[in-house]
Amino acid sequence: MNKARLMQGNEAVAEGAIYAGVRFFAGYPITPSTEIAETMAKLLPQVGGKFVQMEDEIASMGAILGASLAGQKVLDATSGPGFSLKQELIGYAACAEIPAVLVDVQRVGPSTGQPTSPSQGDVMQARWGTHGDHPVIALAPWTVREAFDATVMAVNYAERFRTPVILLMDEIVGHLRERVVLPEPGELPVYARRQPKCTRSEGYQPYTPEEDLVPNVADFGEGYRIHVTGLIHDETGFPSGSPSVTEKSIRRLHEKISRAEDEIIHYDEFFLEDADYAVVTFGGVSRTAYEAVQNARRQGIKVGMVRLMTIWPFADKMIARLAKQVQGILVPELNYGQLVGEIERAAAGQCPVKLLAKYNTEIFTPTEIETAIKNLCAGGRI
Amino acid sequence: MERSFEKYFRQNRLPHLWCPGCGNGIAMKAIVMAIEKKGLSQDNTVIVSGIGCSSRASGYMDFDTLHTAHGRAIPFATGIKLARPELNVIVITGDGDCTAIGGNLFIHAARRNVDLTVVLFNNSIYGMTGGQASPMTPYGKKATTAPYGAIDRPFDVCQLAIASGATYVARSTAFHVQHLTEMIAGGFDNQGFSFIEAVVQCPTAYGRKNKLPEPADMMKWMRDQAIMKPAWDKLPAEKREEKFPIGLFYSAQYEDYTTAYDEVIQRAGGDQK
Amino acid sequence: MISDITIKMARCKGCGICVAFCPKQVLALDELSKVQVVNGEACIACGQCELRCPDYAIFVDKKVSQ
Ligand SMILES: Cc1ncc(C[n+]2csc(CCOP(=O)(O)OP(=O)(O)O)c2C)c(N)n1
Ligand code: SF4
Ligand code: SF4
Ligand code: SF4
Ligand SMILES: [Mg+2]
Repeated sequence: MNKARLMQGNEAVAEGAIYAGVRFFAGYPITPSTEIAETMAKLLPQVGGKFVQMEDEIASMGAILGASLAGQKVLDATSGPGFSLKQELIGYAACAEIPAVLVDVQRVGPSTGQPTSPSQGDVMQARWGTHGDHPVIALAPWTVREAFDATVMAVNYAERFRTPVILLMDEIVGHLRERVVLPEPGELPVYARRQPKCTRSEGYQPYTPEEDLVPNVADFGEGYRIHVTGLIHDETGFPSGSPSVTEKSIRRLHEKISRAEDEIIHYDEFFLEDADYAVVTFGGVSRTAYEAVQNARRQGIKVGMVRLMTIWPFADKMIARLAKQVQGILVPELNYGQLVGEIERAAAGQCPVKLLAKYNTEIFTPTEIETAIKNLCAGGRI
Repeated sequence: MERSFEKYFRQNRLPHLWCPGCGNGIAMKAIVMAIEKKGLSQDNTVIVSGIGCSSRASGYMDFDTLHTAHGRAIPFATGIKLARPELNVIVITGDGDCTAIGGNLFIHAARRNVDLTVVLFNNSIYGMTGGQASPMTPYGKKATTAPYGAIDRPFDVCQLAIASGATYVARSTAFHVQHLTEMIAGGFDNQGFSFIEAVVQCPTAYGRKNKLPEPADMMKWMRDQAIMKPAWDKLPAEKREEKFPIGLFYSAQYEDYTTAYDEVIQRAGGDQK
Repeated sequence: MISDITIKMARCKGCGICVAFCPKQVLALDELSKVQVVNGEACIACGQCELRCPDYAIFVDKKVSQ
């Protein structure tokens, strides 16, 4: 069995990537994500993979997409300003259906903001950062071990759905050190690259979807001579200006993810059986929230908690159920209020949804969240 | 008799969409003739392009082809080459694509000496978007965004490539088709970053604005103004005005990036896996 | 005629490049702006037209002598 190791969240991401079969990383240093690049620079050549430090985040994103098309599983890591620069090619990956995982270790923005301080301010950028209509998958771990597992999952989803997947880390988890036991090979599932089911002479078309609406796009160099473009294209892969092709392909991009929501959406529920109130959190904040909820419980307050691991696609159904059960939902976020809007939308007026926002570089204290829970129960201001 | 280079085109995509007389068709033919000359396999060669009229070429060529985003072809190509070093990776780009929006990406790939062959179709203008000035629009020439003449000094992109570390740098024109083919073929031979500037005519967006509306006249201009490198070197400065050199400007032996990275893998013990 | 001139009409865009570079005035553009052979006898099979046609629409082969 693997021995327990003291490890940082960012290192766990790199280890998870290697475990999942990532063999190519291109990146550009930025706090607080840099340790991922540094760890990949060390680990990748040890397993025959490659690491390149590119000249900026646009180049990094281009390089991983090229490597992915040539058959490699790929990863790239960044933070705020770099995440902004990558948006153009995240859209490219969504449109051309190129598997790729991008880690965003969030920091305080806008702009250079507070480079070393934790934040959860990129929730909406992860969803809507690039132009146009496109789906996305975003996962937010809350422990070091889960940073590992979520990375493996992210790589698997990228491959399985041929889509960009965002690992929405925050500085809290990225720089957290915990003792972890990493899984043995084979312990976690690893999804292999999808392969064409017929040959070129049998009429292969790269963008003909399978039953799960995902196409088996051939890797470059396999003799299929495919064309890949960021223009809207039909099943042949060549651009088409047709309204019906456009509508069909944009719809398929969305539906390949939405149809699989039950498979993709993960969350933890705590103390919900008898709960009259609930705290909904994600990422590093969940650690503090968990403590606050336990404290409140000890004082007899019937409060439960949901910790979202999957941020996008959003867990609408679960929130709707929750909102029916409880008399109020508290959403503590390290931003001015982002996920709260989604929760409000999904709750659809069944119960009040209250925001506890913090954006001053400091993390929540358990007392702050505990006080907010009490205020929520009292029906007062948070 | 059917020409053997036709097999490198996706016949169902021809005729291409370029304007009558556009030089891109000639440069694209030069590339496939160079491919044929060097015997590059169709299944092991990838064509990567950016966005622009020039970058449309990838769609017509029967290889694995990748039409990327504006200015981004070179990093995509870098990723492909590093992931699968056995593939020949050819980049087709435009003067705006390569030297404006993609300028930084271009010089860094040259600096790393990634084994790519980059062919820039230089029509001195943003063709696709209707004739705006590019970083290679000659001083004083007109563009829709330089209606009184360009005041920006243009890049000499070959000098830029040399200064950035490219190990093979050449220029030719659409008039000098065979010479252009040779220059490109030479780029395939070089294991490292090869750069070929192909001067091409854009009668529609550049010629019309600059008193050269006829494609043939633009090609005659190339014939008359382009001077082969050896002759250029002997030409006194006062006779160089309005003229420009073509030919092989620079070639050097330097370890390419994938070879260098193989050594990294060895040092890390990854070659045992 | 010492040459066979093949024209793929569907490809010709009538740019006139072949006409301009033909040293023997063999070619011209017709009413519909497509290339046509007007003086085939004069063709010397130099290949200049084929070489520079941006649309791969014209091909010249030397006739093999009977
Ligand atoms: C990010 C981005 N900015 C702008 C454009 C619009 N655009 C498309 S092609 C082009 C210029 C192309 O010029 P060049 O690279 O010289 O190619 P040409 O069309 O002349 O062959 C521009 C500005 C774009 N597609 N993407
Ligand atoms: S606009 Fe210029 S570059 Fe574009 S196809 Fe027409 S002639 Fe060629
Ligand atoms: S050069 Fe080609 S396209 Fe132009 S007129 Fe002649 S045959 Fe037609
Ligand atoms: S081969 Fe030469 S002479 Fe004959 S038509 Fe072509 S350009 Fe004219
Ligand atoms: Mg141009």
